[in-house]
Amino acid sequence: MTSTSDSVSNLEPEHWDMIIGPQRSLFDLRLGELWRYRDLVMLFVRRDFVAFYKQTILGPLWYLIQPLLTTITFTIIFGNFANLPTDGLPDFLFYMSGTVIWTYFASCLTKTSETFVSNANIFGKVYFPRLAVPVSVLFSNLIAFSIQFAFFLVFMAYFAVTGADIQPNAWILLTPVLIFMMAGLGLGFGIIISSLTTKYRDLRFLVTFGVSLLMYATPVIYPISSVPEQFRWLILANPMTSIVEAFRNAFLGAGSVEVGQLAYSFGFMLVVVFLGAVIFNRVEQTFMDTV
Amino acid sequence: MTTVISVEHLSKSYRLGQIGTGTFAYDLNVWWARMRGKPNPLARIGEADHGNRVGEEVWALKDISFKVNQGEVLGIIGRNGAGKSTLLKILSRVTAPTSGEIKVKGRVASLLEVGTGFHPDLTGRENVFLNGAILGMTRAEVARKFDEIVDFAGVEKFIDTPVKRYSSGMYVRLAFAVAAHLDPEILVVDEVLAVGDAEFQKKCLGKMGDVAHEGRTVLLVSHNMGVIRNLCAQAVVLEQGHISAVGPADDAVSSYLSRLASTVNPEEKFRTHRDTGKGFRDIWFENSSGRTTSAICGEEIDICFSYDMPERMVFDWGLTLYNHIDEAVAHFGSQFSRRMRTALPKRGTILCHIPRLPLPDGRYRLNAVMQVTGKNVDHIIGAAYLDVHPGNFFGTGQIPPPASNKVLVDHEWQVQEETRE
Repeated sequence: MTSTSDSVSNLEPEHWDMIIGPQRSLFDLRLGELWRYRDLVMLFVRRDFVAFYKQTILGPLWYLIQPLLTTITFTIIFGNFANLPTDGLPDFLFYMSGTVIWTYFASCLTKTSETFVSNANIFGKVYFPRLAVPVSVLFSNLIAFSIQFAFFLVFMAYFAVTGADIQPNAWILLTPVLIFMMAGLGLGFGIIISSLTTKYRDLRFLVTFGVSLLMYATPVIYPISSVPEQFRWLILANPMTSIVEAFRNAFLGAGSVEVGQLAYSFGFMLVVVFLGAVIFNRVEQTFMDTV
Repeated sequence: MTTVISVEHLSKSYRLGQIGTGTFAYDLNVWWARMRGKPNPLARIGEADHGNRVGEEVWALKDISFKVNQGEVLGIIGRNGAGKSTLLKILSRVTAPTSGEIKVKGRVASLLEVGTGFHPDLTGRENVFLNGAILGMTRAEVARKFDEIVDFAGVEKFIDTPVKRYSSGMYVRLAFAVAAHLDPEILVVDEVLAVGDAEFQKKCLGKMGDVAHEGRTVLLVSHNMGVIRNLCAQAVVLEQGHISAVGPADDAVSSYLSRLASTVNPEEKFRTHRDTGKGFRDIWFENSSGRTTSAICGEEIDICFSYDMPERMVFDWGLTLYNHIDEAVAHFGSQFSRRMRTALPKRGTILCHIPRLPLPDGRYRLNAVMQVTGKNVDHIIGAAYLDVHPGNFFGTGQIPPPASNKVLVDHEWQVQEETRE
């Protein structure tokens, strides 16, 4: 028997397993319940993966085509026409690293921001911890990211063999932490937006626009070293900046990495996730009345 | 008896203002107009201005309290908008109440719909696991019951086919099968019995009965009064957010039907051939609890009329029931079914008793005609209306489908085995 009590009063002589009351406390996030529904999270991941490539000709190959096309576009436009600096790295590898990393964050954010609106049908019919949906999105995207990242490593190896100046280093060990931070940031922002979109649908259109705008405020297509000194603080205020730079530094040996910056991003992530969880928790209880 | 569900002063209000207009720009627009003392620019003409004002509330449920004991099958009935769905949604934790609370002992599974979360591209097998998990089962639990589920649904051959290739019947059967194999202490069900073909419905009803016999508690919302009477011991009648009756299912159903009757708008009657002093005074339907405008298929109903005649005399009458497409489905005429055609008192009431109403659910119109020596003296079109609710005509718990039954014919089956090799 599972216990999902909101608040079991000590004065109550009888034991109740569950009390359905008006609002629960803001910080009663029920993460334990989410853990009990971990099978559901994994099944959502599987569903999203299968649904992604069913009835496509190229199937999972699309995971590779997307970043490849973006990288080629960036290389042509920013590398050849705009001639942006790349910290001495091959253009292709520079843009690809940025694209692959950014795509993970961006897709986590975009997908989780649709949680309430696109699942209104299921949410209206059955209860399960609503966080299961955005959390499953992080894992689905992690699959895509892993495939794309492996693809990036292949190119990296190719460039290394052909004599490009690439210096992977010990910072690589920090990779899981960096991924965790991106997932956290994507989730946090995503669920805040999804909570707000239950009331204001306009925000959905802003998300796509906002995410691409944010990319230009992140060193994806340019290195932080090329940013003029007086604007650098602005770019550094973006919690994604240090993550992207740290990734490039770890695998390609170019870019700056500062522990202080990373700690800032990590703290930022924690705050956003917590804030997101609280707002999400508040909205999930009554959003069916407004959607 | 232990109480496993205790609903205490439960209320739910929908605050119209809180919903807003759905877009930020419109909300701003409304707010700006109000700041300037202008009317809501987005309000529809002729509709109450809900605008964005706080405090305009619609109470879907207002101070509901009841208890459910372990092993009880409780029916919840009420008209559309009475608050049944809201109550179910709160019980299923899809939405939170505004005030009051529900205390529950044990695991609750709710079925507001079958096949929630089914994905068309996934195979039957994958969907069983996904749907099971959505309903709160672990992977291991589903795996343990998998064979049973597939067997119950009867889709063994197609279990590895994407469900988008399923017929709608197979889809529903598989979806129900998953739900039927949940093992909750408390099961909340909404009208899902109205799905699938007759054979499958019977299976579902049987499964529901089993669940109840195993000492689990069932809350069942249904429009099907026959099912409520068959399966439920107790029932709650909701009316406009309040409980209007609670008690043994039979009493609750009667109370619901009679309330329903009193709120139906009387329809226009069209009367021809009225001879002064000869004819009907009133025509109505009646059941054991009095006048009514509704009946349950397979249960008794009386057609009654009172009449006035100038003197004691011989006369004939005919009462004809028409269905919703204006086909005459049954005629009750004194010329045909009354054995003795003797003179009747000048004033009186005549009652036509139908022991088991053999009509499928729907709305029926009664036309009445009165004749003296073969000549019409009174003729009323639409003299009364009868809403027939689905019922257990054959005593099997099955609802005969109206699509293939204009009228239900009582019958029996005989099986003769052939021993010849």
